[in-house]
Amino acid sequence: MDFTFTEEQLMIRDTAEAFLAEVSTSAAVRAAMATELGYDAELWQKICDEMFWQAIHIPEEYGGMGLGYVELVAMLEQMGRYLLCSPFYSTVCLGVNSLLIAGTPEQKAEYLPRIIEGATATLAYTGSNGRWDAEAVTATYVRSGDEYVLNGSWRYVPDGHSAQLLVVAAREEGSSGTSGITLFIVPADSQGITREWLPTMDQTRKQAQIVMADAVMAPESVMNEPGNAWQLLERIIGLATVAVAAEQVGGAQQALDITVAYTQERVQFGRVIAGYQAIKHKAADMMVKVEAGRSAAYYAACVADETLRGGSLASELGDAASVAKAWCSDAFFFNAGCGIQLHGGVGFTWEYDIQLYFKRAKSSETFLGTGAWHRDSIAASLLD
Amino acid sequence: MKLSFSAEDEQFRGEIATWLEQNLCGEFEQLRGRGGPGDEHMYPDERKAWERKLAEGGWTCIGWPQEYGGRGASIEQQVVFHEEYARAGGPGRMGHIGEGLTGPTLIAFGSEEQKQRFLPGILAGTEFWCQGYSEPSAGSDLANVKTKAHFDETAGQWLINGQKVWTSNAHESEYCFVIARTDPESVGHKGLGFFLLAMDQPGIDVRPIEQLTGTSEFNEVFFDDAHCSAQDIVGAPGEGWKVAMGLLGFERGVSTLGQQMLFQNELDEIIRVAKLNGAATDPVIRQRIADAHVGLRIMRFNSMRTLSGGGDDGTLQKEAMIYKLYWSTWHRNLGKLAMDVLGPESEVLEAGPYELNRLQSMYLFTRADTIYGGTNQIQRNIIAERALGMPREPRG
Ligand SMILES: Cc1cc2nc3c(=O)[nH]c(=O)nc-3n(C[C@H](O)[C@H](O)[C@H](O)COP(=O)(O)OP(=O)(O)OC[C@H]3O[C@@H](n4cnc5c(N)ncnc54)[C@H](O)[C@@H]3O)c2cc1C
Repeated sequence: MDFTFTEEQLMIRDTAEAFLAEVSTSAAVRAAMATELGYDAELWQKICDEMFWQAIHIPEEYGGMGLGYVELVAMLEQMGRYLLCSPFYSTVCLGVNSLLIAGTPEQKAEYLPRIIEGATATLAYTGSNGRWDAEAVTATYVRSGDEYVLNGSWRYVPDGHSAQLLVVAAREEGSSGTSGITLFIVPADSQGITREWLPTMDQTRKQAQIVMADAVMAPESVMNEPGNAWQLLERIIGLATVAVAAEQVGGAQQALDITVAYTQERVQFGRVIAGYQAIKHKAADMMVKVEAGRSAAYYAACVADETLRGGSLASELGDAASVAKAWCSDAFFFNAGCGIQLHGGVGFTWEYDIQLYFKRAKSSETFLGTGAWHRDSIAASLLD
Repeated sequence: MKLSFSAEDEQFRGEIATWLEQNLCGEFEQLRGRGGPGDEHMYPDERKAWERKLAEGGWTCIGWPQEYGGRGASIEQQVVFHEEYARAGGPGRMGHIGEGLTGPTLIAFGSEEQKQRFLPGILAGTEFWCQGYSEPSAGSDLANVKTKAHFDETAGQWLINGQKVWTSNAHESEYCFVIARTDPESVGHKGLGFFLLAMDQPGIDVRPIEQLTGTSEFNEVFFDDAHCSAQDIVGAPGEGWKVAMGLLGFERGVSTLGQQMLFQNELDEIIRVAKLNGAATDPVIRQRIADAHVGLRIMRFNSMRTLSGGGDDGTLQKEAMIYKLYWSTWHRNLGKLAMDVLGPESEVLEAGPYELNRLQSMYLFTRADTIYGGTNQIQRNIIAERALGMPREPRG
């Protein structure tokens, strides 16, 4: 048993950290988040050309690096830590995962190389009902010969307004629950698709609404298991959930670190406030939260890896993802919330970065299900 | 990352599992699942007999080096042993203080003569130890011990005077290791000695303390010119603190996965009750049961990281530092959850005058988890100071 990063994984993490510390500074994050696109397109191209991050877990046969989910998670943790504004999450954790799990051989051969070149992608499956399970899929389709005609809307889609490729989930008209679901992959500029940016409280991660009105999907757009794709979509969501948890660990760690650093400098009543036990104990609790979250995210990463490559842990994906997301969501929010409190008045300003983490904590908590949502699903498997 | 045990470790697992299956039966059958935390007053004599049985099979002190009679088992093998032991419902170990604390301390700091004299009895499961650290004025502030050790030149031995408190199983032990002040003028962690005392002597008086469970597992221990021979001090006079702290460092976390198996049994029992009495339909209870599951899974992952050695960058073991605070808090919450799942039935005892059922006893005992072995507050101080580099507590 060796539940630690290998030398190579440590190197990947350290390289990511060093790069992000340089390019994803507070100033860079603030400049990117103020735009509707939400990221610096030049930086994204540089990440794709020089760092090759978008290719990390794409198999070598498609030109990718062929690394695993643990490597991906090691990088995501650092992206969360530095609040990197980029289409990485949407493209790699939603787009690539969708293709790896549900893409036909032709779709993989066509789209994965394009993503490696820098094309962006995302996944849209949630309607406006605020759910994250099969019921979230509300857009519908009817079949007409070989083609599918889609109608409906998707909300809270990460980078949905800017992604070049869309994976969308829709259900056969009249179906409900886990049946009747089909996944499609289409260029975002196809006919019948309108996309609208949704301004959000957390500006570091952009969301959009997508509407389709009689959008016609050619047979090449239909992904695996048409009419029966929930089990694939569920796995994609599991993988994406693990990825959010990894980012949350990084965010929770940084919220702790900048807070401790601040309390080491701020003097009140003649000494640094870090010396007061009320502050020390809060910081200790924050550390417990983030270390436990890290354990959960790393374990889930191993499970996700076996989900993609095959292995006996694959059957644990639902539980491991929910355990990680439930804990990391609450941990990040706790750490960022305590962070503001321990900063005092400056924590409430736009200027200090702790507010950015506080907002990311909330948006990432909500996305793909809050702690309560995941506990509900765990409870169902334990008790029903 | 590799999450499974090696083939050799799995073979070792089979070996211990088979041995337990063949030996934890007959007269020992009644001990299954007994004598753990909160149940330590149960079957002391039978559990001592079980220790001798374990010793016959070579299953005591497996982590000790072979030259001292152990198996020199690797960390993984020790983890596997504790897992299988817990899985089989092995009774609470009467010998755990000797095996886990006294032995490693003597192996690291003891004289050759001390090793020869004390290790065999621990190995054989015939001599039991208790820990004489805490005193009325030395709890969290352990260095504030007042018990005194005076070397009587004419008799050529140490005389110990003072009082220890909360001494678990003192009434069941042959020996006690005691920290006492060798330099009467000293304060704090200077001027202490680490002594090995036989309990069966006129100068030692053990008085049980009744716990809130109604049972007595710990004691007050009074020393009135208690004898300790000249060669039974570990390290030099004045070096007792170093030995005492070294001892606390021997907990490598090998028993944590086994401990978690007992926790899982408790959670399973709570789930069973919840399904039976309808609590499982209460949305708040559902959230809390799921939360307990999340917490326990993560406890396992934490242990796996700790056991894999070092932080992921090879430095400070932060995940090891959080362990006590994490599990004790989780377990305390589980105790409350158990009572809330039982509902009004949680009040009703197994029998009068004060016989608790298993969940009630677990519930009450969890209130000690956050106190012994360093309180939650002390754990937070340690984390803040050693892991986060925040200023140390001012001292009076
Ligand atoms: C079931 C059980 C078994 C035990 N077995 C043994 C044994 O076998 N041998 C042995 O030697 N001891 C044993 N102990 C004693 C145990 O180690 C002590 O109870 C523990 O160290 C706390 O000391 P105290 O009880 O004096 O509490 P105190 O130190 O008086 O603490 C009282 C409260 O003050 C808080 N506090 C104290 N100092 C600080 C600080 N600096 N900052 C913030 N808060 C602080 C504590 O957290 C606690 O909440 C046992 C205890 C229990 C409950």
